Amino acid sequence: MKLSRRSLLKMSAASVTLSVALPAFAQAIDELVIAYNVNLPSWDPTVGPSAVNPTIQGLYQSVFDQFILQQPDLTPAPGLLTDWGWNEDRTQVWMDVREGVKWHDGSDFTAEDVAWSLARAADPATGNPIQFVWGTLANHRVEGNRVIADVAQFDPTIFKWMYFLTGYVLPKAYYERVGAEGFEAAPIGTGPYKVEQYERNAFVRLRANADYWNGVPEFETVTIRFVTDAASRVAEVESGRSHVTLEIPYEEYDRLRERSGLGGVATPVSDIAMIFFNDIDVMLDENVRRAAVHAVDKQLIIDRLLSGYGVAISTLETPEYAAFDPSIEVAYDPDLARELLAASGFSTDNPVRFTIQTTRGFKPKDYEMIQAIVGMWRRVGIEAEIEVYEVARHYELRAADQLAPAAFYNWGNSVGDPTTSTGFAMFGPSPHSVWDSPDLIERIGPLWAEPDEATRIQGWKDVSRYIAEHAYVLPLLQYVQPILHASGVTVVPHASGALLPHLMTRA
Amino acid sequence: MFLRRLLTRIATTLVTLLGVAVIVFAVIRIVPGDPVAMMLPPGATEADIARLNAFYGLDKSIPEQFFIWLGGVVQGDFGTSITTRQPVLGLVLSRLPATLELSVMALVIAVVLGGLVALTGTRLRYTRTEGALDVANGMALSVPDFLWGLVLILLFGVLWPVFTISGRVSPNLVPEFATSFFLFESVLRLRFDLWLDLVQHMLMPALALAIPLAAIIGQLLKQSLKETMHLDYVTLARTKGYSENHVILREALRNAVLPTLTLIGVQFTFLIGGTVIIERLFSYEGLGNMAIDAVINRDLPLIQGIVLLFALLFTLVNLAVDLLYAVLNPRLRHA
Repeated sequence: MKLSRRSLLKMSAASVTLSVALPAFAQAIDELVIAYNVNLPSWDPTVGPSAVNPTIQGLYQSVFDQFILQQPDLTPAPGLLTDWGWNEDRTQVWMDVREGVKWHDGSDFTAEDVAWSLARAADPATGNPIQFVWGTLANHRVEGNRVIADVAQFDPTIFKWMYFLTGYVLPKAYYERVGAEGFEAAPIGTGPYKVEQYERNAFVRLRANADYWNGVPEFETVTIRFVTDAASRVAEVESGRSHVTLEIPYEEYDRLRERSGLGGVATPVSDIAMIFFNDIDVMLDENVRRAAVHAVDKQLIIDRLLSGYGVAISTLETPEYAAFDPSIEVAYDPDLARELLAASGFSTDNPVRFTIQTTRGFKPKDYEMIQAIVGMWRRVGIEAEIEVYEVARHYELRAADQLAPAAFYNWGNSVGDPTTSTGFAMFGPSPHSVWDSPDLIERIGPLWAEPDEATRIQGWKDVSRYIAEHAYVLPLLQYVQPILHASGVTVVPHASGALLPHLMTRA
Repeated sequence: MFLRRLLTRIATTLVTLLGVAVIVFAVIRIVPGDPVAMMLPPGATEADIARLNAFYGLDKSIPEQFFIWLGGVVQGDFGTSITTRQPVLGLVLSRLPATLELSVMALVIAVVLGGLVALTGTRLRYTRTEGALDVANGMALSVPDFLWGLVLILLFGVLWPVFTISGRVSPNLVPEFATSFFLFESVLRLRFDLWLDLVQHMLMPALALAIPLAAIIGQLLKQSLKETMHLDYVTLARTKGYSENHVILREALRNAVLPTLTLIGVQFTFLIGGTVIIERLFSYEGLGNMAIDAVINRDLPLIQGIVLLFALLFTLVNLAVDLLYAVLNPRLRHA
């Protein structure tokens, strides 16, 4: 072969191009790179908006441990607390603390840390948005390896909150030494990863905690890039620069997961789509509500709009939740919907009219879903006018009980308890509920403090059935979270929706 | 005369900033979206809402909140961010250099590209090349910057991945510099590995911002050049035997560039505004990206700080352009 200067240049250019263009997913993964869909504004998991942002919890859980461990199927397991419970008359709670755990700075984790974290969360001065839950415990004290607190107000779900929002254990001595600012600058936890480097709005680089009590993570180094734009996240994985990403359009997920070098997992998570009915105007007519519910073909919406990624639901409880009752089914029945409307004097020629509010682009295909539902309603005699608003407006209107007769929303409940789904959504006195009828308040009221767990869960199942029978709300579907990843990594999805790097292994 | 004009402009700028402060403060409190309502889980009671409102100082009347905030601003305290719990001024100033570097790089690219298009079009006027350049210019102008961004990501991020899609700098290269002007400081410190990495990250977002602006500059400068080419002094230069390149570059350009300079000044402010979307698309850690997060989270103090800083930037750029125009235009200089 004769080598000229021109051919040599061509070969060099080609090899440079190939080496640059070779996607990382074709190579062995040394440092795991995740393209994450949200920014991390603050490292304190108990304060501010990020403390209650479900998507950010995956980042927090990489660094901090919660009081109680939540497994990928949402069930609790011993974590920093190895055992817990109430005393006989339920005036106290007790919690046994794991021994031999180290903070990231090498100091010992103790029961003092647990007691301090609980007391801090209950202190209104810290600005914890869930303070109203933590405030049900008081007088936290340490007795050996056990933490005891008095029950100021009995809450049967208090231990579930210990693996839910703001339920994190922070280092007492370190926090008191460095203060809030110092903690933001150099956070430490007992979690599977240590924070090695953090650039706000850019990335966080994590280093595996070699002393982690629950097993050292497989990937020694993990870089989480904050890539908030979905198209850019797709490009990150497609180009091989990132190994894992989430929250991408279903169409892109389907297109890429079949590609050589890539794979995907799509599992139902604890987020649901629903339509609130407000107890005003035409919604006071049960026939209208029931017709609106029976006229919606949820499976069709899932198949056509969400590429099949979704689970149709009849109550606000998904199969993973404690109070899920598969026997409650509300069928798609447009004929019944027409009959119900006719009984109230409505038909396609004389439709019942109301406004439905929805977000647009806040959740996958939210506006399109409502468009489809409005089309289905039209066929039975419901003429709904769509009003688009921002989710912030939804919160404001809901707090003021000024939502339209129908309003689309998505509800997350990663703890899986009925109080944090059906309870908060449907209990009238809560400023965030929408349907406020006394019959429902009467049924839900006693369940808040029901001490017997079996009775409590059965009570919530009964409430769900009652709500379904009277169509006080329109549950639509459970979302499915698509996670796209390089074939060199195995991702274990978490039903809470949290993307946890310590659950990822090399394939 | 010049000093008086300068002082007048500074006074106008201060009044403008005060107006912006009032408007922003009022508008973000009137538009839907209560930060506390967004933060509270559904089980919260009215008392919990009141407690958090008091915690963030939102329980006072809007005028009362405004004067407390304004009093702080005058003393350099722009408040504390709700989401990050960091002082707003520090947050904003830490991100400003990234946005400025991106904007300046985009401007430089736009000026170079636009200038080349204009000069080539003028030199080859009334030929097919000029027609082709006009078509390309039209295309560049009609596609918004974020779409250019997507096209660039597809071309140079995915199909031929030579540039980095997201971020400002590779995680393993984050420098510990004295300033956040990484691009500038990396040159001073002779850190060319870092400089290259920064350019590799910035080139696509800068190009996305630059392409529409380059088209505008190219169009206006070419038009201006073509008009200037018919003026008597240019004809005189030709009759003296100067080459066409010399006539364009040395004789016509100096006069033709004045309207373009004003336009660049105006467009630069739009370009800084354009960084909001582009920074988001490329996950570039600048002020624009932070602004979107602040709006999503209804982080009122941070929104106020960012908008006020943007307003300050806009007025300063306009002031600088006016001054530069006065320096370059003899008629204004001697007025």
